[in-house]
Amino acid sequence: MAQLIQYIFAGLTMGVIYALTGVGFNLIYNATGVINFAQGEFVMLGAMLLYTLQEVLHWSPFISLPLVFILGGVVGVVFEYGVVKPLIRLGVITVIIGTIGASVVLKGGAMLIWGKNALAVEPLISEKPVAFLGASLNIQVLVVLVVTAIAVAIFWYFFGFTILGKAIQACSVNPLAARLAGVPVERMITLSFCFSGALSALAGGLIAPITLAEYDMGTMLALKGFCAAIIGGLGNNPGAMVGGLLLGVMEGLSAGYLSSGYKDALAFLVLILVLFWRPEGLITRGKGERV
Amino acid sequence: MKRDYLILLLVTLVAFTLPLILPGDYYVEVFLFMGINILVALGLSLLMGYAGQISLGHAGFYGMGAYISGALTAHLGWPVPLAALVALVATALVAALVGWPTLRLRGHYLAMATLGLGIILYILFVQLKGITGGASGLSGIQPVHAGDLYLDTPRRYCYLVWSLVILAFLFSLNLVKSRSGLALRALHYSEVAASTLGIDVAKYKLQVFVFSCVLAALGGVLYAHYITFISPETFGFMYSIKLVVMIVLGGMYSLWGALLGGAFLSLLPEFLHRLEDLEVMVHGLILLMVLIFLPGGLTGLIQKIGEKIRGSS
Repeated sequence: MAQLIQYIFAGLTMGVIYALTGVGFNLIYNATGVINFAQGEFVMLGAMLLYTLQEVLHWSPFISLPLVFILGGVVGVVFEYGVVKPLIRLGVITVIIGTIGASVVLKGGAMLIWGKNALAVEPLISEKPVAFLGASLNIQVLVVLVVTAIAVAIFWYFFGFTILGKAIQACSVNPLAARLAGVPVERMITLSFCFSGALSALAGGLIAPITLAEYDMGTMLALKGFCAAIIGGLGNNPGAMVGGLLLGVMEGLSAGYLSSGYKDALAFLVLILVLFWRPEGLITRGKGERV
Repeated sequence: MKRDYLILLLVTLVAFTLPLILPGDYYVEVFLFMGINILVALGLSLLMGYAGQISLGHAGFYGMGAYISGALTAHLGWPVPLAALVALVATALVAALVGWPTLRLRGHYLAMATLGLGIILYILFVQLKGITGGASGLSGIQPVHAGDLYLDTPRRYCYLVWSLVILAFLFSLNLVKSRSGLALRALHYSEVAASTLGIDVAKYKLQVFVFSCVLAALGGVLYAHYITFISPETFGFMYSIKLVVMIVLGGMYSLWGALLGGAFLSLLPEFLHRLEDLEVMVHGLILLMVLIFLPGGLTGLIQKIGEKIRGSS
């Protein structure tokens, strides 16, 4: 029993990271129809930036983590201006290839700056693990869950109850109608990239103390974040949250009871099966596609 | 179309004379590997330029060809042609299994699915130590021979590789010209319009994807039986990216883009020995620069120059 709880919490922790990455995918997908292959690199940059602020400059984690969130937003905006804006008129497939190129450049750049070794980052609160129903839980696990819950609450409020949030949603539902209603669509797209970068960087900053920060951690996280988004139905943010947690727990259990060597294969299997049975996502109700 | 066959004739002439005049085995070998790269890139070019889909797992299919064919000859002593055939068929089946659910959907699910498959295949190459030799590699792969004639010198093998490259181009040119090729072109421009004309979009995309994966596996088979020792890092994610760079640099909308891009990127490491770690980044930068400043790639550039010359005379 204690072991089961341990596995579930380990799974939930990673699941939250996949969920944040998945929402990052969704924000950009809803704004532009592009699947951003550099999403994992945003997460990696978050982890690396946290390492620099906290371990090299010795700033307090309570300043570093919010700063990583903000810097992630900057990365998102720079990414949009540098890669997406110049390519979007050439079609979605060109932008997708562009994001692949950007991801390779970011990965290579990170390797030059931070080196090839995995870097250790101190957790936000360094306390001894606490006992919970017989399982011993790392404090950072709770920190990840709490910070994510706060971020989700803020986003829920923002998208549900503010004019700006609703404007962004309007753009993803129907850009033309939004423009006619006086919404500055371009600025909303930029804002989507900003949020996507910020959330992903936050995910990286949260996970760094648990998994270490490494220049090539991005690809795997991107794949799993994408899987989370697919489980929830691409473009559906609450769906991606549930999808991420689901995937995380499945992974935690399979790593615990089956084999940890093949746990990375699970996300891929889930991805293919969901695309096979319910491409519109497990959580959403099926709907017809617009032509 | 006539022009394409003229180019192919020219390529054939060059491919068959170069191994004779290149000054040493080293250069012949570079030319040989260039041929393999072009073969794999050609398949991807069909997929990207004609079916409008991206695969980020072609290194995995390349590896499947190499490992299956290599392991069957090394462990079980199978004759090379039979082992190669099994490798190609197995790759085609796996490709169909991944392509079928993802290509029914509009959008770019295939890219992410193949990215995942590529990673898993890589994990398998490392983990299945009994078959693949794990991280330290698989040795004892049989070389290719016909009776007593062993194709074990770079020059002889070069002829085999380039003959297959030219056959693959011939087949692909015919495919592009055929009814399915025209259908594919149509769906590149508008899937909706194509499907209203009664074109089975999913079927055509799946066919091209499977063919493209089989070409990648063929490249892997050729690589394994020449080098006779393979290890996982050859078949990692970076090679998949390199292939995409080849296509984009050469030009996505012409099969000759695979030839130009493949040739260029095969020669690049010869000039950039000192880069090593930087190579990855250079590939990414080439990709971005070409997309932004030269969206048609090298073939597009050549076409534009050709039109200018014709226009001014």
